[in-house]
Amino acid sequence: MSDQAKRMKMQRLQDALFVGSTRFFAFLVLATLSGIIISLIYGAMPSIKAFGLSFITSTEWNPVTEQFGAWPSIRGTLLSSFIALLIAVPLSFGIALFLTELAPVWLRRPLGIAIELLAGVPSIIYGMWGLFIFAPLFADHVQPWLTETTANWPLIGELFAGPPMGIGMFTAALILAIMIIPFISSVMRDVFEVVPPMLKESAYGLGSTTWEVVWNVVVPYTKNGIVGGVMLGLGRALGETMAVTFVIGNAQQVMPSLFDPATTISATLANEFTEAHGELYTASLIELGLLLFVITFIVLVLSKLLLLRLQRSEGAHS
Amino acid sequence: MSKPNNAKLAVKNLNFYYGNFHALKNINLDILEGKVTAFIGPSGCGKSTLLRTFNRMYDLYPKLRAEGEIILNGDNILRSGIDLNMLRAKVGMVFQKPTPFPMSIYDNVAFGVKLYESLSKAEMDDRVEWALSKAALWNEVKDKLKQSGLGLSGGQQQRLCIARAVAVKPEVLLLDEPTSALDPISTASVEELVHELKKDYTIAIVTHNMQQAARVSDYTAYMYLGEMVEMGPTDTIFTAPSKKATEDYITGKFG
Amino acid sequence: MNLYTRRRLINYISLGISLFAMCFGLFWLFWILHTLFSNGLPGINMALFTQTTPAPGSAGGLANAILGSLQMSLVGVLIGTPIGIMAGTYLAEFGDRGWLAPATRFINDILLAAPSIVIGLFVFQIYVAQVEHFSGWAGGIALSLLVIPVVLRTTENMLRLVPSAMREAAYALGAPQWKMVLFVTLRAAKAGVATGILLAVARILGETAPLLFTALNNQFFSNMNQPMANLPVVIFQFAMSPYEDWHTLAWAGALLIGLFVLGLNVIARVMLREPKQH
Repeated sequence: MSDQAKRMKMQRLQDALFVGSTRFFAFLVLATLSGIIISLIYGAMPSIKAFGLSFITSTEWNPVTEQFGAWPSIRGTLLSSFIALLIAVPLSFGIALFLTELAPVWLRRPLGIAIELLAGVPSIIYGMWGLFIFAPLFADHVQPWLTETTANWPLIGELFAGPPMGIGMFTAALILAIMIIPFISSVMRDVFEVVPPMLKESAYGLGSTTWEVVWNVVVPYTKNGIVGGVMLGLGRALGETMAVTFVIGNAQQVMPSLFDPATTISATLANEFTEAHGELYTASLIELGLLLFVITFIVLVLSKLLLLRLQRSEGAHS
Repeated sequence: MSKPNNAKLAVKNLNFYYGNFHALKNINLDILEGKVTAFIGPSGCGKSTLLRTFNRMYDLYPKLRAEGEIILNGDNILRSGIDLNMLRAKVGMVFQKPTPFPMSIYDNVAFGVKLYESLSKAEMDDRVEWALSKAALWNEVKDKLKQSGLGLSGGQQQRLCIARAVAVKPEVLLLDEPTSALDPISTASVEELVHELKKDYTIAIVTHNMQQAARVSDYTAYMYLGEMVEMGPTDTIFTAPSKKATEDYITGKFG
Repeated sequence: MNLYTRRRLINYISLGISLFAMCFGLFWLFWILHTLFSNGLPGINMALFTQTTPAPGSAGGLANAILGSLQMSLVGVLIGTPIGIMAGTYLAEFGDRGWLAPATRFINDILLAAPSIVIGLFVFQIYVAQVEHFSGWAGGIALSLLVIPVVLRTTENMLRLVPSAMREAAYALGAPQWKMVLFVTLRAAKAGVATGILLAVARILGETAPLLFTALNNQFFSNMNQPMANLPVVIFQFAMSPYEDWHTLAWAGALLIGLFVLGLNVIARVMLREPKQH
C-alpha cells in the first residue's frame, strides 16, 4: 500500500508539474505582449520627451536637423489602408457571394483554395511584382489616361494629378487591396456559411431571387461577422511592410495627389531603422513602431469585439 | 469473497447541482456487491448524473458540485482530498458512445493497466488477451492487435472500450447507456457480457431501454426529475411496483 | 418594365458583378504566379545553391541566404513550437477555470495579427541592442515570436475538436492529466497540430520585416552569432538595387520562396482534408 501511496504521490507531482508548465507558457505568451509594449515605450522615451504630442501632428521629418514628425507616415498608413479597403471590400463581398451561393458545388473548394493561396504568397513577392511589372504598366497605360480624364473634375482631379511614375500611394493601396482580399473574403465566406439553411430556404420559398436572399437575409444576419472580417483585413493592411515599401516611393511628404510618392510607418521603419544613428532618430523610429502597434491593437480589439457579438447572438438563436 | 447483500457503494443524502439547478435530490441507495443495478427513467431524470458521481467525473467541469456521501470501501469518495485517479482506477466506466483512443487495439487495452501496474511483456500480453476475451472480442481482433482501434466497427469499438475498462480489474464497473449507439446484434453481445462480468464485478448500468434493464439487472432503480422514486429487485419492480409512477412508466403510460 | 423583370435584372447584374469579382481575384493570382515563374526560372541554376551572394557585376548564388533562412526558421520553429503547443494545451485542456486562458487567448489573437515589423523592433530592443550586434539568433527569436501564435491557435482549436468523451474515458481509467493529454488528446489532434506547424513555417519563410532589424544580412556564410544572410532580406536588397544581375538573383530567390511557401500551404491543406482517423 505504501508503494501505491508513493506512486500516487509521484503522479500528483507529475501532474502539478505538467499543468504548471503549460500554465507558465500560457502566461509567457501573455507577458510577451506587455513586454512588447513596455520595450517600445522605453525605446521611444527620448522622442516622447523631445516632441510630446507634436510628434504625431508634425510633418517635418529631418534626420539632419533632428526634427521628427510622424504625420506623413501615419497619414500614409491610414490612407493607403483606407483606399485598400475601398477596393477590397466590395470585391471580397463578390467573391464570398460567388463561393457560397453561385459557384457549382464542385468548383467551390478549388476556387476557395485559389483565393486563399493569394494570402499565402509572401509579401515580398507582391512588392517585386508591383515594382517591376505593375508600376511600369500602370505608368504607361493607366495613369496618363486617368490624369487626363479627371483633370477638370473638381476635387477628384487633384487626387490623380502629377507625373506618371507608377509608384506612389495609389499603387501601394492597390497592392494592399489584392493582398487583403483573400483574408476578407474567406472570413465573409465563413460567416455566410453559418447562416442556417432554413432561414435562406424560407426566403427562397417566398420567391426571392438569390440577390434578395443575400441582401435581405444573409447580410443582416452576418453583419457583425462581415465587419469583423473587414477589420481583420484592415489590421493586415496597416501592418504590411514589404509590399508597400517597394512601391510607395518612400517620401516623407504630404501631397494631395495619390500618384505622388508617400510613405507609411512600416515603410519608414524598413528603410531607415538600420541606418539611423543618434539616440533621437532611433527613438523616433521606435515611437513610430509604437504608434503602429497601438493603431493595429485598436483595430484588432474592435474586430474581436464585433466577432464576439456575432457569436453571442448566434448562441441566442440556437 | 464477501457475503451477499453487502453494499459496495452506499449513497447517503446525495444532492447534486449544475450551477443553480438542483439535479439530484436527496438520493439514498445501496449498490450491492456482485450484483447488476440498473437505473431507468425518462431523459433528464438524473440517472446519468448519478452514475457520474460514482467516479466523480463531474469534477472535470466547473460549476458542478455534489453534497452528501458516497461510501466506497468505508471511505467517502465525495470528500475533498481523495485521490481521484486512484478512485477512477477502482471504479471503471464505459460510455454511451465508443471512445477508442487513437492508438492500436493492444495499446488501448494496455493503456489503463500500464497506469497502475508494472507488468512484463508476457504478463501484459496475457492481460490483454484476458480482457479482450472477457469482452468477447478476442477472436475478432487477435490477428490485428497492432492495428488502430479506430478501424473497428461501432459494436467492436464499444466492446474494446469494455475490455479496456475490464483490463484494469476495477471493483465497480459503471455502464452509461452502453448500447444506445449499437445495433441489435452488438447490443446482445454486450448484454451477454454484462451477465458474464457480474461474477467478478459490481455493475451499475444506466439504460433507456426497460427491456434491457429487465434482462440484465438484479436490482432496478426508477428515477424521475432528480428523485429516486423506487428501487428494488428487478422482478418486483417490473411485476409489482409499489408506486403508481413506476408502474405508469414501466407499462408505457408515460415517458 | 414590371416589378418582376426589374427584380430579375437586379439579380442578374449583381450576380454578374460577383462573378466578375471572382475572376478579378483569380486574374491577379495567375498574373503574379506567371510573373514569378517567367522572371524566376531563368535565374535557377546550380550556382544558386552552391555560391554565396555576389558583389554587383560578379557571378554568384544564394547559398548563404538559403542556408541562413533555413537555420533561422529552424531556430524559430524549435523555440516557438513547444511554447505554442504547451500554451495551446493549457488553453484547451486546463483553462476552463480562471482568468488566464481567456486573457491569453485574446492576447494571442492580437499577436497573430500584430505587424511583424513591430516584432522585429521588439527583438531589436531586447536582444540586438543589448548585445550590440545583429545576429542569426536574434532573427531566429523574432521568427519564433511569429510561430508561437499560429501554433498556439491551431493546437487549441484541434484539441477542442477532440470529443470530451475521449477525455472522460481516459480519466475514467484513472489516468493522470499529463498522460491523458500526451497519449490521448494530443495524439488524436496530432495531424491538426502538425498542419499548424507547417503553416507557421510557411509564414516565417517569407517574412522579411522582422529580419531587417535582427539578422540583417551578410555577404558570406556566417554562424548564428553574426549578422546572417537570409532569402527575404537578400531579395529585398537586391531587388531595390540598380543592378540587372542582382535583379535576376532576386527573382530566382523569390521563386524559391514562393514555391516553398505555396507548397507548404498546399500540403497543409491536404493534411487537414484527410479524415481525423489515421
